[in-house]
Amino acid sequence: MSGLRLKECKELTERLPVQEAALPTRVVLPLQQSLGCPNDPIVNVGDEVAEGQKIADTQKTVAAPLHAPISGRIIAIDNLPNACQYPVASLVIEAIPGRESQGLVGSHWQVDEFTPEQIRKVVREAGIVGLGGATFPTHVKLSPSKPIDTVIINGCECEPYITADHRLMLERPAELLEGARAIARAVGAENIIVAVENNKQDAVQVLLDHNKNHNLKIVVLPSIYPQGGEKVLIRKLLGREVPSGGLPLDIGVIVNNVGTAVAIADALKTGRPLIKRVVTITGSGVKKPRNLLARIGTSFAELLAQCGGITDDAAKIIMGGPMTGLAVASLDMPVVKGTNCLLVLNQRDARDYEEKGCIRCGRCVRACPVGLLPNFLADFAKLRDYEKLVDYHLADCIECGCCAYVCPSRIYLVQYFKGAKQELKTRRAVCR
Amino acid sequence: MKLFNISSGPHVRAAEDATMIMWWVVIALLFPTVGGIYYFGWPAAWLVATVTLSAVIGEMVFQWLAKRPVTIVDGSAVVTGLLLALILPPTLPLPMGVIGAIAAVVLVKGLFGGLGYNIFNPALAARAILLASWPVAMTTWVKPFETVTTATPLYLAKIGQATPGYWELFLGNRAGSLGETSILLLLIGAVILFVKKIIDWPAPAAYIGTVFIAAYCLGHDPLFNVLSGGLILGAFFMATDYVTVPVTTKGRFIFGLGCGVITVLIRFYGGFPEGVNYSILFMNMWTPFIDVHVRPRVLGCKK
Ligand code: SF4
Ligand code: SF4
Repeated sequence: MSGLRLKECKELTERLPVQEAALPTRVVLPLQQSLGCPNDPIVNVGDEVAEGQKIADTQKTVAAPLHAPISGRIIAIDNLPNACQYPVASLVIEAIPGRESQGLVGSHWQVDEFTPEQIRKVVREAGIVGLGGATFPTHVKLSPSKPIDTVIINGCECEPYITADHRLMLERPAELLEGARAIARAVGAENIIVAVENNKQDAVQVLLDHNKNHNLKIVVLPSIYPQGGEKVLIRKLLGREVPSGGLPLDIGVIVNNVGTAVAIADALKTGRPLIKRVVTITGSGVKKPRNLLARIGTSFAELLAQCGGITDDAAKIIMGGPMTGLAVASLDMPVVKGTNCLLVLNQRDARDYEEKGCIRCGRCVRACPVGLLPNFLADFAKLRDYEKLVDYHLADCIECGCCAYVCPSRIYLVQYFKGAKQELKTRRAVCR
Repeated sequence: MKLFNISSGPHVRAAEDATMIMWWVVIALLFPTVGGIYYFGWPAAWLVATVTLSAVIGEMVFQWLAKRPVTIVDGSAVVTGLLLALILPPTLPLPMGVIGAIAAVVLVKGLFGGLGYNIFNPALAARAILLASWPVAMTTWVKPFETVTTATPLYLAKIGQATPGYWELFLGNRAGSLGETSILLLLIGAVILFVKKIIDWPAPAAYIGTVFIAAYCLGHDPLFNVLSGGLILGAFFMATDYVTVPVTTKGRFIFGLGCGVITVLIRFYGGFPEGVNYSILFMNMWTPFIDVHVRPRVLGCKK
């Protein structure tokens, strides 16, 4: 149960300040941008909407409303292909020339002036979800059914290439710490820990400086993948283990990403909903890698154009990092709330591997941070032996990709696991 | 519209692949191989060449006949052939070597489904087959640099005669299997594999440690027992064979422990002077059992 030391490749963007991306002329917004339930549109085709206006919502608890990232007109509500090429219900807004966003005016409240209930309400109304990529609706996390003693702010950013959180820690430390305090206030937690890996010493220094007025705990960890994984991080910081099948709140902890903390502070202090996020645009297939503050719904093509475009030998477009990211087929995809990185790899870096037979070397076993036996799980997945898959704890796999990364036979282990999990889920649904 | 590659992640992989690992093992094995040729001369050189080539050709022909993909470049047949040559008497008649090599790649490996599926270590199993078929030729040993037959140090110890000193044993200047004698060269090979993180310590450490401690407790010379026979070769190159030992760290430790216990039992209480070969084969049989029952603790689960 160790973890990996990966080649970080963060030098491409870690020194580049976040810059505001050009205002898109068109945004595409899948109605569901969080784990849980989809939203229903509350506007109609032809309606004019203003930047920051709520345009989709639902009564369901596990969901987060959606806001117009730009001012403009709704030109379509239709099923459009998502990153997996599945059609999903989406809204399209087109900017009206000459009527650009007026910008949002904010209130100037202090975090301490809010009651926990108010914080939850603001967070929900701002449509905030876990911005590390998990996209779990944050207001749900802030309404735990059990007592919480510790809030962890996850600034590990252990995936190679991505520097969005790193830049946020450097550039917006005050909001980050304030957001962290708001989270703790909402759940009534005593301790706040901000965890940062030691490959971001500058961020650590900045946070320490800003923490002088507060008493948060800033913990520096060695940079090891997948330390940013919730369960792995909690064990490392607190020595507690999230029970199999359970949630961090079962052991009195909640974990939020640094981006989420900043978004919460923004929402509380200025009333601004979540309509922009930092996206790292990087990789060997991008001519001029950058960290951009992009409006939700901006197409990859538009963002890449602001990064000098892609190289001629660009071969793979990945939403997220190289370990857990999802390769997408076209540049038409929009940025969604969970998009922390747009990684473009060239032919050489994106080479495909031919899968060979397992030689039982055991590397996957030693690499797995959860203590699973990936080689056997893959066998069972191929044999569709679902009883064994359950017995060997497939459900506890965090899909970090460590096993497949080290596998000398280049077996697509995670792919098997994802497929098998999906299958198990459907089977369970049918049985019920 | 250009469509991009959407193959599944992780989108980056570690540099080392299975073929590279096999060739590193070959490189490591070359040290004891050269040592064997140095000590036992031309017959040894011919035996190494014949057995290795037979293993490669045997696997190729078998895969071709079985209509399986021919995977010679993966290096595993070369490893099997070399390993087998290293554990044979240096003066073994070449035809027997050929038969052994073919038995290893076809009988022990190919018929079980090829690399990754065999239960027994092919080289060790082939040696056991040869020993059963030609017991005399398989136990005829010669002195280094001479063609005079003699007994191995373990046999001398068994019948209570004087044995070579530690230093001679360490250098390999003694009778024995082709590649088992020079502890120095075996250790060089093992260090290469450790540094390349191709083998790990649990099985070899448990194996050698058990033999050392048990020999000491039972009133035998522990160091002599570690340095003679095939223990070092077996512990570092056979008890670490991916396919035939357990996958977990704990499992590999248990595997080494078992090998140590059985080796000691055979050496001190059995009919043979040496027990490395059979002890590893015996433990190979338990590998599937260990794999099922010795699992790592899953994060967030009691036991
Ligand atoms: S790393 Fe790959 S080859 Fe090695 S045991 Fe795991 S699945 Fe098999
Ligand atoms: S993807 Fe799953 S099985 Fe593989 S290392 Fe990560 S947790 Fe373990």
